[in-house]
Amino acid sequence: MTTKLSNAQIAWRAAQDIPDGAYVNLGIGFPEMVAKFKPDGREVIYHTENGVLDFGEAPAEGEEDWDLINAGKKAVTLNPGASFFHHADSFAMVRGGHLDVAILGAYEVAENGDLANWSTGPGSVPAVGGAMDLVHGAKRVCVITDHVTKKGTPKLVKKCSLPLTGVGCVTTVYTSLAVIDIVDGRFVLREKLPTVSIEELQAVTGAELVIDGPVVDLIVPEV
Amino acid sequence: MKKVYPGIEDALADVQDGMSVMIGGFGGSGAPIELIHSLVNRYRETGSPGNLTVINNNAGNGAIGIAAMIYAGMVKKMVCSFPRSSDPKAFTDKYLAGEIELELVPQGTLAERIRAGGAGIPAFYTPTSYGTLVAEGKPIAEFDGRKYVQERWLKADVAIIKADIADTKGNLTFNKAARNFSPLMAMAAKLTIVQARKVVPASGIDPEHVVTPGIFVDRVVEVSDPKQEEVLLREGVKA
Repeated sequence: MTTKLSNAQIAWRAAQDIPDGAYVNLGIGFPEMVAKFKPDGREVIYHTENGVLDFGEAPAEGEEDWDLINAGKKAVTLNPGASFFHHADSFAMVRGGHLDVAILGAYEVAENGDLANWSTGPGSVPAVGGAMDLVHGAKRVCVITDHVTKKGTPKLVKKCSLPLTGVGCVTTVYTSLAVIDIVDGRFVLREKLPTVSIEELQAVTGAELVIDGPVVDLIVPEV
Repeated sequence: MKKVYPGIEDALADVQDGMSVMIGGFGGSGAPIELIHSLVNRYRETGSPGNLTVINNNAGNGAIGIAAMIYAGMVKKMVCSFPRSSDPKAFTDKYLAGEIELELVPQGTLAERIRAGGAGIPAFYTPTSYGTLVAEGKPIAEFDGRKYVQERWLKADVAIIKADIADTKGNLTFNKAARNFSPLMAMAAKLTIVQARKVVPASGIDPEHVVTPGIFVDRVVEVSDPKQEEVLLREGVKA
């Protein structure tokens, strides 16, 4: 029995909502996994901050061209119709509202859509990259994350305690237990694992889960 | 007009102590390794150019490129968005010891500040970083019901960048994603020095294919078969 979704399953679920023809930016790390689960028959064009549209899978080992990388500094290939551009154009695509979907990881998401995903606080070297830009501009800003931290505390909270990446920017959260939209400053529950009750889900969520319309069973294949 | 220099050292001769230096590249892609290491070698031999402010997306990886500059002790301050890499020891140790300054700038804001510097726009407003630590102390304004942060242009004394092909008038093309910040930096520096894999006569680049027009380029030096930072790192090359 599924008690929670694996990271691959969370990525699979997020991939199902990417429409045909979408321009998409996937954050470094876990979000990159979403590309593996693009439904057949849909064309998705991936943007990477360092200046490529329509990059493809990693090349075979030994075939890398290290001038052709993604924002995670991994070697990539090009799909037919790809393009290169400089960094100011790349972030014009981001801030200018030209991307359809951005998918990011999170330390915390607040019910008003605030996101914290770049800093765990003082004591380390701060590094932000493009995260603060990406949360502004994409038509949908989605977070994929475990529902709770490794310690079991909620990652979906009333107010973020960690330094913010952006204010009121997240539109949908795909977690290991549920799919939640952020509407008018509230977490609206759309889908949940059938094995988890609403009460159990609420107990591991740091802010009120609002029921507004049907709550669908979150069914994800083994991937 | 003579933009083509025969040697790297001559092309870099005016890079001096205390300058701000924009360095093209995103990680290893587009990093002008030969120009960087010429500066490192000069610093090791003569103690100059030191006390530099380096502007790049990152803060070095391993022990070559910008990391070699940091290890050598010639960098006073980094202006970057992401001072982490697969091997960030050079920067991390000095930062945690308080021996190097960091101005952390979101990546798109960094690009736009450089573009603005090159375009004569002293300040602009962006939604990026509103409500975050990065926006502290910066003017905020509301436009059409949304809050924006004022950011200032970013200019430099020198830009050192890597191109693929340059013509004798300084027009440039780049290899794949290696252009990243370089066309912006070429605009924003008082002196732009380019290493190109190949230098061709004027008319050797189709005007339709020019990425950076020669007006933004001051000096060009041919470095055929240039080193690629990521390849060097993977080969385990030390500085």
